[in-house]
Amino acid sequence: MSTEQEQKASDNKTSKTVKKLVLVVFAMFGFGFALVPLYDVFCDITGLNGKTATTAASVNEDGIDESRTITVQFISRTAKGIPWQFEPMINEITVHPGEMKLVKFYAKNESVNDIIGQAVPSVSPGRAAIYFQKIECFCFNSQPLKAQEDVEMALQFYVDAELPEEVKTITLSYTLYDITGSVES
Amino acid sequence: MTTEAIHDSHEHDDHHDHKMTGIKRWLYTTNHKDIGTLYLWFAFIMLLFGGALAMMIRVELFQPGLQFVEPDFFNQLTTVHGLIMVFGAIMPAFTGFANWMIPMMIGAPDMALPRMNNWSFWILPFAFSILIASFFMESGAPNFGWTFYAPLSTTYSNGSTAFFVFAVHIMGVSSIMGAINVIVTIMNMRAPGMTYMKMPLFVWTFFITAYLLIAVMPVLAGVVTMLLTDTYFGTSFFDAAGGGDPVMFQHIFWFFGHPEVYIMILPAFGIVSTIIPAFARKRLFGYSSMVYATASIAFLSFIVWAHHMFTTGMPLFGELFFMYCTMLIAVPTGVKVFNWVATMWRGSMTFEIPMLFSIAFVILFTIGGFSGLMLALTPVDFQYHDTYFVVAHFHYVLVTGSLFSIYAGAYYWLPKWTGHMYHDGLSKAHFWCSLISVNILFFPMHFLGLAGMPRRIPDYALQFADFNKWVSIGGFAFGLSQLIFLVVVIKCIKGGKKAEAKPWDGAEGLEWTVASPAPYHTFETPPNAEDIKGQ
Repeated sequence: MSTEQEQKASDNKTSKTVKKLVLVVFAMFGFGFALVPLYDVFCDITGLNGKTATTAASVNEDGIDESRTITVQFISRTAKGIPWQFEPMINEITVHPGEMKLVKFYAKNESVNDIIGQAVPSVSPGRAAIYFQKIECFCFNSQPLKAQEDVEMALQFYVDAELPEEVKTITLSYTLYDITGSVES
Repeated sequence: MTTEAIHDSHEHDDHHDHKMTGIKRWLYTTNHKDIGTLYLWFAFIMLLFGGALAMMIRVELFQPGLQFVEPDFFNQLTTVHGLIMVFGAIMPAFTGFANWMIPMMIGAPDMALPRMNNWSFWILPFAFSILIASFFMESGAPNFGWTFYAPLSTTYSNGSTAFFVFAVHIMGVSSIMGAINVIVTIMNMRAPGMTYMKMPLFVWTFFITAYLLIAVMPVLAGVVTMLLTDTYFGTSFFDAAGGGDPVMFQHIFWFFGHPEVYIMILPAFGIVSTIIPAFARKRLFGYSSMVYATASIAFLSFIVWAHHMFTTGMPLFGELFFMYCTMLIAVPTGVKVFNWVATMWRGSMTFEIPMLFSIAFVILFTIGGFSGLMLALTPVDFQYHDTYFVVAHFHYVLVTGSLFSIYAGAYYWLPKWTGHMYHDGLSKAHFWCSLISVNILFFPMHFLGLAGMPRRIPDYALQFADFNKWVSIGGFAFGLSQLIFLVVVIKCIKGGKKAEAKPWDGAEGLEWTVASPAPYHTFETPPNAEDIKGQ
């Protein structure tokens, strides 16, 4: 019967369309997750969101630009639930682009438990992030502290001479997190 | 033609597919009209429930100070109100229209995948049971806003995140199945002669909406899954301590969220584009430009998401890009408003209830669009962000926009659904009460927002007291007015003036070629080609 054939043909067409659409659904579900690495790559390239590099930069060899000075401010805060004292030992410093500086942060575990802390940096304005070069930073590693123990943590950095002229002040903010749970597991 | 259709359906009933009785009819039904009815009732019940939550919000905000509810419960009210209205009322209502009308409008006997259609409706009540049940649990309902920003919904969650995530998963699955069904139906089951450019605009707009749904609902499912694993399984998608980024949550959420707002308005455009020509007794002005405008709005919706995030510290280039792209959407939207007005221009207009709601839609939606343009301006958005101005904006587009179009559509097709005309006096009362109260409710919110009243806060500074009182009074009046609609619908189902097959003399389309009420089965054999006029 021709109507049966027609019926079959239309069923075929239907299942073909359904398959394609289901494929799109799964692809978009995957795309949602693909946005996570894409976002990181995008931020890496553009320095968006004030994310700085997570590995050490090499020592500056391009010389120092003494024609201008840049103010670098340091801010620290502790995330909810970490009973540490955590603060920069100097709040503000002026540097020439290319000039290397060493500053220290003080941390003390004020609780009766051993805790592993992790500092996460962020630079404001965001576009200055890729010009902020850290040669040595306590944020590259986690920091374990026994109960009541304290430590002075070092940050060695320079500001790249390529930094846009209009940026006069850079604020570096560290947030300290308790990562004891995730390290142990 | 009409009697033939009825005759056909009787014959068909004799072969197989006897209508079951009682609850089983509704549980097992695969009939697109039954499922459409279920969707519409479900949406209306959710509207009343979400409305009741809004009433509690307005009771609390009637006076400054904390009177009736705790701040945490207030947060739960605003969150669940938003979720219910978006996912429980507006979206299912449009899917209900799609189920009822699309097969009839394109001359198909049913949806392409009737069994899946049944599933996509019947999982919805479970989703909302989970969401609403969380009110009665120790943790309380979700309190992090309908936008569920991390870390509010992860680190600082009150423990409702899992219920919320599962509820959203189920809603998402339901929407995706519904969307697949619509696309397959439209692509494969159009009557011979029903070319794409002859399809009624409601079919077109829902076709494009369905594509938006399958593109972004999976992203929503992905982002809530990330929340779930962040909260309970130790991942760090949005947790800076583990290398994640909370701002990324906003990017992924709004990549879903902005197309979502067009999912809620494009079908409204379709309904209004159907009704205005019927009561202006003219063909729709610029049919093909309407189709292209809809498609370009849908496309643009994917590249404007970050205009919700101007204050998160984007680079200047990003802000300008998203600002200009957002402004660009005003062009196709303007084309639409122009076309509606041009359709009415020199038409022989009559002002039945569907037309009144449609005209109110055109005017009030445009106001909502203008406040949207103001919000799109990056420099001023810094002032308006997270104030009542935003609340005013999205309620103008969602209530006087989407909801009014749903009412317009409901009044327009009620005679076809029930076989009776609605009660004239009561429906007029419903329209005028709604129109006046909705403006008392939402218009002063513009001023509150411009003066700096923040949203989602249970208390406010004294200088906002007078406006808030008026807003609350408008809110109660608007809420009560919706009960008139319930009475109208029940009366219309029970009886009333018998409706003709085509009760509106300017109406066009295949749905008017079958009897009123529409027989259980329509277009078992495709309609006559000469009935398909096109626009």
